[in-house]
Amino acid sequence: MTLPGEMPPDVLADARLAARLCAIDPVGLGGMSLRGGGELRDAVIANLVAAMPLGAPIRRLPAHIDEERLLGGLDLGATLSTGKAVSRVGLLAEAAGGIVVIPMAERLSDSVAAPIAAAMDTGEVVAEREGMTLRSESRFLVVALDDASEADERPPASLRERMAFWFDLSAVELSRVDLRAALQEVAVAAAPVARSHAVALEQVIPPADVLEALAVTAAVLGVDSIRAPLFALRAARASAILDGRMAISEADVALAARLVLGPRATRMPPSPEAEPEDAEPEAPEPPPPPPPDSDSANDSESSEPKPLDDVVLEAVLASLPKDVLAKLATQNARRGPQSRTQGRGEKRRSTTRGRPVGVRAGIPRGGLRLSLIDTLRAAAPWQRVRGAQSGQVKVRKDDLRIRRFESRTEATTIFAVDASGSSALARLAEAKGAVELLLAEAYVKRAQVALVAFRGQTSEIILPPTRSLARAKKSLSALPGGGGTPLAAGLNTARELAEAARSRGRTPFLVILTDGRANIAADGTTVRQRAEDDAEAAARAIGASGIAAAFVDTSQRPRPEGAKLAAVMGARYLPLPRADARTMHAAVKGAQDVT
Amino acid sequence: MLAHPSCGVSNNRYTKMMRKSFPFSAIVGQDEMKLALLISAVDARIGGVMVFGDRGTGKSTAVRALAALLPPMAVVPGCRYNCMPGQAVCPTPETHLPGKASAPVPFVDLPLGATEDRVVGALDLERALGAGEKAFEPGLLARAHRGFLYIDEINLLEDHIVDLLLDVAVSGENVVEREGLSVRHAARFVLVGSGNPEEGELRPQLLDRFGLSVEVRTPQDLKQRVEILKRCDAFERTPDAFTEHWSKAERKTLKRIAKGRELLPSVTIPDDVLTRASEICMAVGADGLRGELTLMRAARALAALEEASIVTQDHLRRVSPLALRHRLRRNVLDETGSTARIERALETLFAA
Repeated sequence: MTLPGEMPPDVLADARLAARLCAIDPVGLGGMSLRGGGELRDAVIANLVAAMPLGAPIRRLPAHIDEERLLGGLDLGATLSTGKAVSRVGLLAEAAGGIVVIPMAERLSDSVAAPIAAAMDTGEVVAEREGMTLRSESRFLVVALDDASEADERPPASLRERMAFWFDLSAVELSRVDLRAALQEVAVAAAPVARSHAVALEQVIPPADVLEALAVTAAVLGVDSIRAPLFALRAARASAILDGRMAISEADVALAARLVLGPRATRMPPSPEAEPEDAEPEAPEPPPPPPPDSDSANDSESSEPKPLDDVVLEAVLASLPKDVLAKLATQNARRGPQSRTQGRGEKRRSTTRGRPVGVRAGIPRGGLRLSLIDTLRAAAPWQRVRGAQSGQVKVRKDDLRIRRFESRTEATTIFAVDASGSSALARLAEAKGAVELLLAEAYVKRAQVALVAFRGQTSEIILPPTRSLARAKKSLSALPGGGGTPLAAGLNTARELAEAARSRGRTPFLVILTDGRANIAADGTTVRQRAEDDAEAAARAIGASGIAAAFVDTSQRPRPEGAKLAAVMGARYLPLPRADARTMHAAVKGAQDVT
Repeated sequence: MLAHPSCGVSNNRYTKMMRKSFPFSAIVGQDEMKLALLISAVDARIGGVMVFGDRGTGKSTAVRALAALLPPMAVVPGCRYNCMPGQAVCPTPETHLPGKASAPVPFVDLPLGATEDRVVGALDLERALGAGEKAFEPGLLARAHRGFLYIDEINLLEDHIVDLLLDVAVSGENVVEREGLSVRHAARFVLVGSGNPEEGELRPQLLDRFGLSVEVRTPQDLKQRVEILKRCDAFERTPDAFTEHWSKAERKTLKRIAKGRELLPSVTIPDDVLTRASEICMAVGADGLRGELTLMRAARALAALEEASIVTQDHLRRVSPLALRHRLRRNVLDETGSTARIERALETLFAA
């Protein structure tokens, strides 16, 4: 698998090593997030399973799991037949001492991720439901499988934060890996490591310079969370133990920093001598590290002893793929909120949550919840007929009543902002101001706001639906202007976003801010006529889908094109040639209230 | 972390396996958060603490550590509402047993999935099905009485539950009118919420209900970060030795809280400090009386904590950001953070 030059460090080998480290310190390391990789992931998981103690439970956690199954709840059948509250443990409690595998983790909702994160923190699963408390000790490893196709879709941040290792296997080409050999290797090499070493964990005492090296490296790479160096420390310890040593070596630290801190890096170290861009044709690029071999870092070092933090930092830098380095170098510390939590953005408000508004007959399953008192009330008149003894209630299936909940449909306001050169920059600033004002209001009403910008050749979702003022402000202020007006692309993106919001049970509202002068066609060409036709077609599509919209014409002298586009898409036309942020905000708000 | 010590109802097996909590005094940095928590421990009426901050800044650790630090409180044996001896006013005085008992200060970690009936209490399922009786099963609010109620990621909690919690936190009483039950019981607790503003925000009207708010950031100072690593590692490896090592400092903190509580009723606020408090509120544009009231209470608690019998301007100044930061009317076009706005106002006021 060794290829010179362009070959990235051997991610697969790293991931498999990390799996074994996880098995040594499952509580301390939390787990791993594996992005992409298909069958390669199976090899990693196989490594993990083989390294765990025999019989350790493995549970797959589907993204649509309900809280009852996740945390435990009432066993309704048993409860009714015995007349006593009978509880049933949830999946997290079942996984105690084992592994929880989360496929499609990027689709996991925050409300599912949060209790998992809490259980990882406290080592205990707590469910408070239906008038009872279920509590069980449970420590488990989490393996989050991330199948996202979008670069910025990610498993929930609360979960990722609590996992030591993040690997992107999607870059590994299958053809370069002999999968069968990899799997076979697992069977031979990986005896359960966990049991034989678990005792030694607290006996490995990290020397002060190790702590310092990790803290320095984390700081230099712009890794803020204090959990990261702590994970790295534990990984270094596990690496020493894996090697049968009681002392943490330099190589352990370098490895841990590379595996844990590398993927979390948000900026390039400022030091002048570390300039991997320039150094790249030369040798010091990594020999794909054969990870369990603890000497590799020593080999690559020159004979002159360096401070440990330099060694560690070098190891991390060498492991980062070059494009990542380049990106980090250019964007510097601007850690776009994109990279954090978005993914599946919004919470879906289903009819199973919210404020109860009444009951109806039905069977409590699939998240529908039993209304006990109404069930009893329904059963009460029949007790004599059913021959119930005193102190006993006979409940039949048709007595069951379930609660109904108020489901509010929430609004998602989508702004499509023309950031082209023709919409002069001042207008863009005003549009931004209006968006901020609307957002401030939206967050009072708990509505969501999304932002699409179009300029140059294409359109782009700057901000997926969010309620976060902080994030919205960040992405707004970073929005550049200039270039052509790909109106068609902008309208299409906005419509797709609106349709997605609608399919999630929200009420979308489009606000389009443009001067209406399309000059880039949908395919990116600059034929004016085609551009206008495409824009009209896109507007018609919005009209056909019945999405409520407002069209704000921001040109200095409003022309008929704008009004025509607005008419085609069934939008309210708001010519606002000299509007500042506040009037624009007021106008849009007025339009929204009418629709 | 320390689990709910007071709730041995369904799980006696696990309460015995309780883990040690990280010592409060051993938390590196985060002085503002620690101060806010201590102030609310001295005067629970301040109305809770909201902690904003990034992940991995030790929010939960600090809150859990404080609850574990507090000395056991006297309770009525057999009472499920954490009644204080001599003031027993709970709905079920018949369960009270004679004698004396003490229990650790309750720390209730509200799971995000908690349902409304579990929070406020609900019909006792077992008795309803078994004996056909209508009885009230107290919820988490009853359990948190006289202790802490902690909600991590409060911005992800269902709105109506947040409303309900804040309501009870302010009134100190839980009124249940549902399922044919009509119950009221005392529920005085320090509400601690934490959240990351990057992931959605709390509505301002809810934010305003919190007494204090703090913003925590990861310490950027390298020495501090190394120290954190060192202490976390030592705690993980040898929890007993570590807690032992810190026990003296813990006792000292505890003494401060106890002393502060004792002193609190006798601390006075001179008129000029009161005037200054109003001036500060006006200068920063904090809406409503609640801000002013909290500001004064917090200043008084701080004075008590520092064994001063009179509140000074300095006390006031130090608690101003805590008490007011989250009450400023938001101006979205103004990039300045609320903390900076308060600091600015304080500068000018105190310079005069």
